[in-house]
Amino acid sequence: MKAIQELGRNTLNTIRGIGNATIMLFQALVGKPQPLKMFPLLMRQLYVVGVQSMLIILVSGLFIGMVLGLQGYTILVDFGAEQALGPMVALSLLRELGPVVTALLFAGRAGSALTAEIGLMRATEQLSSLEMMAVDPLRRVIAPRFWAGFLSMPLLAFMFSAIGIYGGFVVGVQWLGVDDGAFWSVMQASVEWQHDVMNGFIKSLVFAFVVTWIALYKGYTAEPTSPGISAATTQTVVYSSLAVLGLDFVLTAVMFG
Amino acid sequence: MKNLVELKDVYFNRGDTPIYEGVNLVVPEGKVTAIMGPSGCGKTTLLRLIGGQLKPTRGEVHFAGHQVNKLGRSALFDLRKRMSMLFQSGALFSEMTVFDNVAFPLREHTDLPENIIATVVKMKLDSVGLRGAAHLFPSELSGGMARRAALARSIALDPELIMYDEPFAGQDPISMGMLVKLIRSLNSTLGLTSIVVSHDIHEVMSIADHVCIMANKKIVAQGSPEQLEREGNELVLQFLHGEPDGPVPFHYPAADYAEDLLGSGVRR
Amino acid sequence: MEARKIELLVGVFITAAIAALVFLAMQVANTTGALRGETYTLYAKFDNIGGLKVRSPVKVGGVVVGRVSSITLDSEYFEPVVEMKISVQYKGFPDTSTASILTSGLLGEQYVGLEPGFIDDGVMTLEDGDQIFMTNSAMVLENLIGQFLFSQGND
Repeated sequence: MKAIQELGRNTLNTIRGIGNATIMLFQALVGKPQPLKMFPLLMRQLYVVGVQSMLIILVSGLFIGMVLGLQGYTILVDFGAEQALGPMVALSLLRELGPVVTALLFAGRAGSALTAEIGLMRATEQLSSLEMMAVDPLRRVIAPRFWAGFLSMPLLAFMFSAIGIYGGFVVGVQWLGVDDGAFWSVMQASVEWQHDVMNGFIKSLVFAFVVTWIALYKGYTAEPTSPGISAATTQTVVYSSLAVLGLDFVLTAVMFG
Repeated sequence: MKNLVELKDVYFNRGDTPIYEGVNLVVPEGKVTAIMGPSGCGKTTLLRLIGGQLKPTRGEVHFAGHQVNKLGRSALFDLRKRMSMLFQSGALFSEMTVFDNVAFPLREHTDLPENIIATVVKMKLDSVGLRGAAHLFPSELSGGMARRAALARSIALDPELIMYDEPFAGQDPISMGMLVKLIRSLNSTLGLTSIVVSHDIHEVMSIADHVCIMANKKIVAQGSPEQLEREGNELVLQFLHGEPDGPVPFHYPAADYAEDLLGSGVRR
Repeated sequence: MEARKIELLVGVFITAAIAALVFLAMQVANTTGALRGETYTLYAKFDNIGGLKVRSPVKVGGVVVGRVSSITLDSEYFEPVVEMKISVQYKGFPDTSTASILTSGLLGEQYVGLEPGFIDDGVMTLEDGDQIFMTNSAMVLENLIGQFLFSQGND
């Protein structure tokens, strides 16, 4: 009996949370644009969120591409189909691994950093100070971080896919002896701009929106204490990851199913 | 004597817990008003109600003739430019220098050119004694200096009201002395109204013109320090003299002592 | 100074992203795909479409000229109707052309192969919305086995 009550209460709390998060986002993003003031803030956030994530994304992309090349070769060579390595690496990255792994890494690195930063601003009453100085903290603090996350994640996903494909090329062609021309030409015959690259891009846009939104909301509503911020940071990573994987299934079914 | 701030019959609940039940207080203009009371009685909540960050469950909150709890978002923002709050932690923006922190309200709310802003910032910093520290970051400041820098930021726009939330908490005697002096002198030189929320009796009573003592979800006493000393009831006097036992009891309600210790050993 | 360094690094970030995008566009994706630009529609009816799918290619002599855009069933005779979008670069197929469903490679996917027919005075060209009448359906394994056994039995 109590368990059912708990379930009901948790569901209502979750729905209320989503509602609050929507209101927060709406108030942060909708309003008169102030390009002069917002631009330097956006620049700084692009640096914090985008540039500082580049290293982990590039290194991970390279390694995943290389593993794909290696594993792909060992599987395909048994069917005499190693010429299909190119499209295998490219399509896996562009359609799935690029958007999804980038989103997961982003949630872990940039997402948790955003949550911790905003939680700390709340704990040290910086957000309240902004309010009392008649500056809207949603537009001043949340909005630039949202746009930075939304813009930089898809770009990071492209970089991930590109360097992954290069990694697959290095392993497949230069180490394992797949024919250079065949690698690229079979890939080009199988990869379509609109169907594969653009669908992957749309996926990463959706993931960027969700991950950044969750990170900002968790930071904004964190308990202003050390354990509170720590819990919020963990929740950002967990919820973002689950959301990304769940949405990935839905989007894949719609786009490629 | 006009009252800059008035609270009329204010009730406030946090969740299901009532914090205020029928609070009435006034803050006279141009004076230093102290709000004191036992820990957890909701003193910071009062400042948030005046600033419009919280809305009362019932009752009215007035500032400079406007009813704060009835204002819309943009009217509230405009009103907030006339008041300022000094938070317990100072709340300086950690990624900006002291100079940029103090300049922040000026850059936000005025169109003044940079050279004039620089002059104003230096003047404000000078009045709190930190003009030489303008280039430092908040992480490089001591607690007392951070609070003074935050104070400089609060007076940047020359507000009519400053609210201090526990300004003396955890300060060493020298910083405490500086803050006390600053609060008093800024109040008179800038013609401000100040509200100080604190429980450092000695410091606060030395500078307050008007004192409100809050307990049991209401204001139990209001008046000048001398008035309270003279007419104060038991609770007020216990608070003012720091007596450990009195109307606010030492013992948390519990069963009879002897029974509690011996009763478990007695078999019936 | 601080702001300029940040702007520089953000610029590097954006440049890297654009470089990645260009790499993907040039080296990886099929940007000379036949479906770019304008297309016109042709129809063909088959007895059996085998494993043909929507988006399967339409090829002439191995060169991709278009894609299958939809596969439906004729409501009158319950015949499969394949709708194809052909690039306007390849106009002017005579209406004596043949459409066959072929397989590319051993495990390969199926595609529609167009063989241009003979061009003569009385022969019209296929325009947008026209139907190709001469078709060869996909080969069904059971029929092949049946044929083989039948021909064996006749010996």
